[in-house]
Amino acid sequence: MSERKYFSPLARGLHWIMALMILAMLFIGVAMVASTGPAYHRLVGLHRPLGIAILALAFLRLVNRVASGAPSLPTTLPQGIRLIAGSSQVALYLLMIALPLVGWAMLSAGDYPVSITGGVTLPPILSPDPALYASLRALHTWLALGLFGVILAHITGALVHGLLLRDGVFQAMLWRRPQVRTQIE
Amino acid sequence: MSWIRQKITEKGSPGRVGVVIGVPAALAVAFIAAAGWFTPDRLTPATVIRTFDSVDGPHPGFRRNHAKGVCVTGWFEGNGQASPYSRAALFSAERSPVIGRFALAGGLPYQDDAPDKVRSLALRIMPPNGGEWRMGMNDIPVFLFRNARDFNSFLIASRPEATTRKPDPARIGAFLAAHPETAHALSQIKQRSLSSGFSEDAYNSLDAFLFVNADGRTTPVRWAMEPEQPAPAQDSVKTGRDYLFDDLTATLAEHPLRWKLMIVLGQPGDPTADPTAAWPAGRTRINAGTLVLDKAESEDGGPCTGITFDPLILPEGITPSDDPIPAARSAVYARSFTARSGEMKAPSAVSLNSSPNGQ
Repeated sequence: MSERKYFSPLARGLHWIMALMILAMLFIGVAMVASTGPAYHRLVGLHRPLGIAILALAFLRLVNRVASGAPSLPTTLPQGIRLIAGSSQVALYLLMIALPLVGWAMLSAGDYPVSITGGVTLPPILSPDPALYASLRALHTWLALGLFGVILAHITGALVHGLLLRDGVFQAMLWRRPQVRTQIE
Repeated sequence: MSWIRQKITEKGSPGRVGVVIGVPAALAVAFIAAAGWFTPDRLTPATVIRTFDSVDGPHPGFRRNHAKGVCVTGWFEGNGQASPYSRAALFSAERSPVIGRFALAGGLPYQDDAPDKVRSLALRIMPPNGGEWRMGMNDIPVFLFRNARDFNSFLIASRPEATTRKPDPARIGAFLAAHPETAHALSQIKQRSLSSGFSEDAYNSLDAFLFVNADGRTTPVRWAMEPEQPAPAQDSVKTGRDYLFDDLTATLAEHPLRWKLMIVLGQPGDPTADPTAAWPAGRTRINAGTLVLDKAESEDGGPCTGITFDPLILPEGITPSDDPIPAARSAVYARSFTARSGEMKAPSAVSLNSSPNGQ
């Protein structure tokens, strides 16, 4: 495991597909709740199926991560940085799973049908409860803002590794061979 | 962090540092832009809710519009006659449970009932095998505004003056001069014949939707719930602040009330995007089924309180048209629902404990 420099191909594929989906989802979400135009309905129609797809892929990704692990960070990185990197990944996994679940729970508590697409409606996961709906609705927003913040930190960290440190950490998520001179230093 | 600084000075160039800072910064700016922070003029659901609160005063726990109301329950029974136009299951001959709400338009939960105030009926029709339909209808022939922005501007123009506690006629006049379609709609609304109560009233969708049948063919439609019960004899005129609601709940305690769902089929060229414009008279109307309401309950703990009558909760077989109002209602209702569900609510004006049927 310690010799491996790359994430597994499945992990890399899931990472980049989900990166696009989650960023799109966050932008759709904030644009949607600030809209009273015809776009509102179209954005809601994208938001729900995309959220459920992210939830399903996040579980697949979690299983894959547990099963196939991740390349270890370079030992040259200070302990503090490694701790931050590790906990930010835990936060990303938690939020990827929690956000769609809170959305689903929120719609259930608000007695909205959880319509996904083309007549497919998911069962509610909570009984109707307006007060709980209001709390979950607020939680959904705060978790989404939190996820966006962690993603910004994640992107910044990735770019620091890829462009400044050039230590192979960023390349572990790519298909291109890293310029390996960093390993020799 | 000094370790990072050292590494960066070893390997960094200004361009690379620029990318490291620029990419996340650009994403953050784009995110804030998507949320509307750079476009304060954008009409958001929160803006509309703030407008209602400023015009009608804050009424925590109540719907921001159609605030005075009562819950009803019953069922809808399709007869199959709309099935050639829409594949929605509820149009076939079966019985779907219904939760509904009668209300007065406006954001004042304790306003007095009066003959010419706009009355509304909202419904949630729940077919046994899914394909739920929610709608909000009003007893006026046309809607007053073409879009949410005009509605919001009119509300602001109609805000009562601090001194007179009445709207400033000059501001309303200026709005109507700039919006002849609203002036025209108002005159049609004023000319409508007034029924004596909720039971004998007809309620219109006002907005246009599209029916989609099993072959995928679409038909623009509007619809109306038309009462089967005749108007009562003239001697039963009631008075009192809640006489419309008292009448309704007393009647429902005695017998169920019935409406026919009449679907109006639009022709090519009929305005679907403009709910202020009536469709020409003589359009084909289809009797799609019967609504039966047999029980009234107070909003306080009643079955209609924990739901929002979002007009875009549509079954397969009904889709939105280019009418912009339903999307605006959907978005604003969601915001109103979130706000009121998190607030402590005072008792509703219509409390059935004091009414004749004493539920």
